[in-house]
Amino acid sequence: MGDANGASTEVERFAIGISFGNSSSSIARISPEGKAEVIANEEGDRQIPSVLSYIDGEEYHGTQAKAQLIRNSSNTIAYFRDYLGKDIKSIDPTPCHQSAHPQQSGSTVAFSVRDSASETPSTVTVSEVTTRHLRRLKQSATDFLGKEVNAAVITVPTDFTDAQREALTAAAKEAGLEVLQLISEPVAAVMAYDARPEATVTDKLVVVADLGGTRSDVAVIASRGGMYTVLATAHDYELGGASLDQIIIDHFAKEFIKKHKTDPREDARGLAKLKLEGEATRKALSLGTNAQLSIESLVDGIDYGSTINRTRFELLSGKVFSQFTGLIEQVVKKAELDLLDIDEVIFSGGASHTPKIAQLARNLFSEKTTILAPSTEVTSINPSELSARGAAFQASLVQEFDAEDVEQSIHPMVTVTPHLSKPIGVEFSSGTDTNFQPLLGAQTALPARRIAQYLAPKEGGDVLVRIAEGVREIKVTKPEPKAKEEKDEEDSDFDDSDDEEEETREVIWKVENPVAELAVKGVKPGGKVEVMVHVNPDLGLQIAVREVGGQTAVRGAINGSA
Amino acid sequence: MASVKAVNVQLPSLPSGWSADKDFKPVGTLSPAIKRNLEPVGPHFLAHARRKRHNRTFSEDERIEAQQNVKKTEAEDDNEISEDEDPVMMTREAKDWKGQDHYAVLGLSKYRWRATPEQIRRAHRKKVLRHHPDKKAAMGQTDEDDRFFKCIQKATELLLDPVRRRQFDSVDEGAEVEPPSKSQIKKPSHFYKLWGAFFEAEARFSNKQPVPKLGDDNTPEAEVRAFYDFWYNFDSWRTFEYLNEDVPDDGESRDQKRHIEKKNANACRKRKTEDIVRLRSLIDQAAEQDERIKRFKQQARAGKDAKRKAKEEEAKRLQEEKERKKAEAEKAAKEAEEAAKAEREKNKKAKEAAKNAAKKNKRVLKSSVKDVNYFADGEASAAQVDSVLGDVELIQSKIDVDELAALAERLTLAGKDSNAVKTAYTEEAKRLAGAGKIKEGDAKFFV
Repeated sequence: MGDANGASTEVERFAIGISFGNSSSSIARISPEGKAEVIANEEGDRQIPSVLSYIDGEEYHGTQAKAQLIRNSSNTIAYFRDYLGKDIKSIDPTPCHQSAHPQQSGSTVAFSVRDSASETPSTVTVSEVTTRHLRRLKQSATDFLGKEVNAAVITVPTDFTDAQREALTAAAKEAGLEVLQLISEPVAAVMAYDARPEATVTDKLVVVADLGGTRSDVAVIASRGGMYTVLATAHDYELGGASLDQIIIDHFAKEFIKKHKTDPREDARGLAKLKLEGEATRKALSLGTNAQLSIESLVDGIDYGSTINRTRFELLSGKVFSQFTGLIEQVVKKAELDLLDIDEVIFSGGASHTPKIAQLARNLFSEKTTILAPSTEVTSINPSELSARGAAFQASLVQEFDAEDVEQSIHPMVTVTPHLSKPIGVEFSSGTDTNFQPLLGAQTALPARRIAQYLAPKEGGDVLVRIAEGVREIKVTKPEPKAKEEKDEEDSDFDDSDDEEEETREVIWKVENPVAELAVKGVKPGGKVEVMVHVNPDLGLQIAVREVGGQTAVRGAINGSA
Repeated sequence: MASVKAVNVQLPSLPSGWSADKDFKPVGTLSPAIKRNLEPVGPHFLAHARRKRHNRTFSEDERIEAQQNVKKTEAEDDNEISEDEDPVMMTREAKDWKGQDHYAVLGLSKYRWRATPEQIRRAHRKKVLRHHPDKKAAMGQTDEDDRFFKCIQKATELLLDPVRRRQFDSVDEGAEVEPPSKSQIKKPSHFYKLWGAFFEAEARFSNKQPVPKLGDDNTPEAEVRAFYDFWYNFDSWRTFEYLNEDVPDDGESRDQKRHIEKKNANACRKRKTEDIVRLRSLIDQAAEQDERIKRFKQQARAGKDAKRKAKEEEAKRLQEEKERKKAEAEKAAKEAEEAAKAEREKNKKAKEAAKNAAKKNKRVLKSSVKDVNYFADGEASAAQVDSVLGDVELIQSKIDVDELAALAERLTLAGKDSNAVKTAYTEEAKRLAGAGKIKEGDAKFFV
């Protein structure tokens, strides 16, 4: 791609963002107006199920293929993303129980399906399946945009191994897509928010909860000056939208047994029907307070129809919900942080539509924390679209780059950087106390530079600027003894906001290690002081302090230790 | 990166007794850093990567990026408006707007009808920045000379209205390319260059785009034909409303107004017709001077001649063939006839000879019995003669030619020996009886 713009024979690169999920995939691009938009495929789906199905040699994809899970399950391939680049011993075949089963083929995983008109099944490796899937996604994007799409940025989970990355890149290449970059899903979600035109660059700690169809991944990300560092991740490969579907399935199955004395879950086709409709019901419950389920000929030719309301669903899924919140708490602990440190929680993935999960998170975190989920924040982006949008944004950034340029930029030489272990800030006075205000947060990648303006004392005069390392302490105040026990399940008024927060906790900053002192003399009354701190990778400091509007600045440098 | 954060907290006052060299006192060092992996995404990371790879500091990087941005806008400026303004143009009055070259006013005379609305808008902005009367006042020119500014406004207003722009483009002399005269074309290459430029200029009036190109000496015949076909069926949007006389819009002279409107419409129609005729005659001229057409005609004629010749030769060859075959057939027939005649004569002779031989043999037979005196000793009785002759007749009638000859020979050898003759006849009669030709007992004497 060295002379991409020189030769006219060279096809112009046209890149999109792809979110390639285990249960569904999305494609997105940046519109000429600079907004990310998720592209709908021919059927109008923006979340395209990652399912391929074959009937008489004809390939079905997306929703059409998913519907085949009932009648043509042995020739339908689903949940294959996580098998890519792995061998049969290290995969969990549970999700594929009701579709084509994974088999061993050499060192990789394969599926045996009748993908041609002939009767004998052929073995299709998971790479080939991925290629076919990506080819269909590429075709949908090309049809929508009216321009051949030939490159993509694809999102992958944070625990994707190098072998998996290589396998995905190769499969994409086979499908005619040049992989510009593979980016991790949680970071893509953060970027989808930061890429909004109204967003400003702030330093924040973000928890990204990616609650997918079959697995959940939570990550803590430090966003410092628009640069992202993953501090900790946690994965649960059994928790996801499917766990919630199972609750609905069990609920309706029990109801069915009461009426008809047979268990629809014991019939393979009945279970598949329940699963498909149960998922739709669960999604409907995220939007409305009531949802219907009606299945024709569920088992033994009996038509079945029933409704469920949200409250009942939430009661039933209490355990699963606590697993979700437990995962979030676990990852914050793993990052050696406190829940109070988190500035933002981003819910991503299909299961995040469930209102209760976001509400529980709302109660879990402090009030200053923004919970970005549809039920808690009206301006939030559709959680299912986050990673595709982030990928599209990244694609628009690196589209013009040479392949070599991208490779060099994502090389460990560049990405591995020293991060501040403690926040650096300025000591200030509030009343008679001296206090600390962080200017550069912990986990800021170096080199870094921050400028801030502080108020000078009202009466003006000489001002002391003391630069120091700070420490965050959590002050716990207990206003009253512990409240009574948790309410039991019969109580439909599920209101847990007041009986669990018995203690108030707040963050308090303290100066730990003063680094430098500077004096600004003769500040006008009501004036401001501007402080510029520049930290070198070797921990050297350059500090400049001046009065806003003033000509002369006080400068000083501290040599790095390393 | 370098955005200033306003923090609403108050800094402490300098405690008395605090002093340091240059007001700066280092007190400690930072805690050791932790190495972590940055996620390689986002614009800020890319900026970080750029700095790190090129070893730039924040301020250096900002400066370089800013410089690059500046360069881009300057380059844009350069190709937008680089034309000097004609002093004559500056003194024009806006009310004579019909006479002004709107593109030249905006400095777009090298683009003309190719200028995009975006270019026009930008050019207008640039010109306004330079010629706004307020600006002139600020620079100390107080003569309130806003004539050219008005011209600019007029030109922009006209060029941004697609209908009026087309009207102006239709009669824009600056975009006109004169058709070449015959004397200008001294070499075939001149033809393509000069007429090509002319047709390219005329093509701007075409409703159908893209317009085929004149091509060069090697353009295939089909394309050349398509080119002339296109131009003979030229579909033009050219209008001549721009040249219309101004219609008075005061209500009093309505008749006058109608009269002028009618006159204008007629003039437009006339000009349009004239334009079509003009273009047609020019295409005729071009086609006439086009060496390729002559060559194609020659080639076509040569091709036709060759075809005709081939056809004639073929006919001639066929005729000759036919005649030759006919002669051969005649000859063969003649030969066959002669052969048949000879054969017939030969057969006739043989038959006659055989007949003669048979006759002679029969005579031999008759004479043989007569020579032996009808096998009688002495004078033969009439009855004996009759029966002998009767038998001989019988044998003669039943015997065939060859046997007759054999019998005759034997009888000749027997001569006058009556016994031998008799034996010969008896054996013959027996043989014939054996062959079933005569019945036993038919022969009465030779038993």
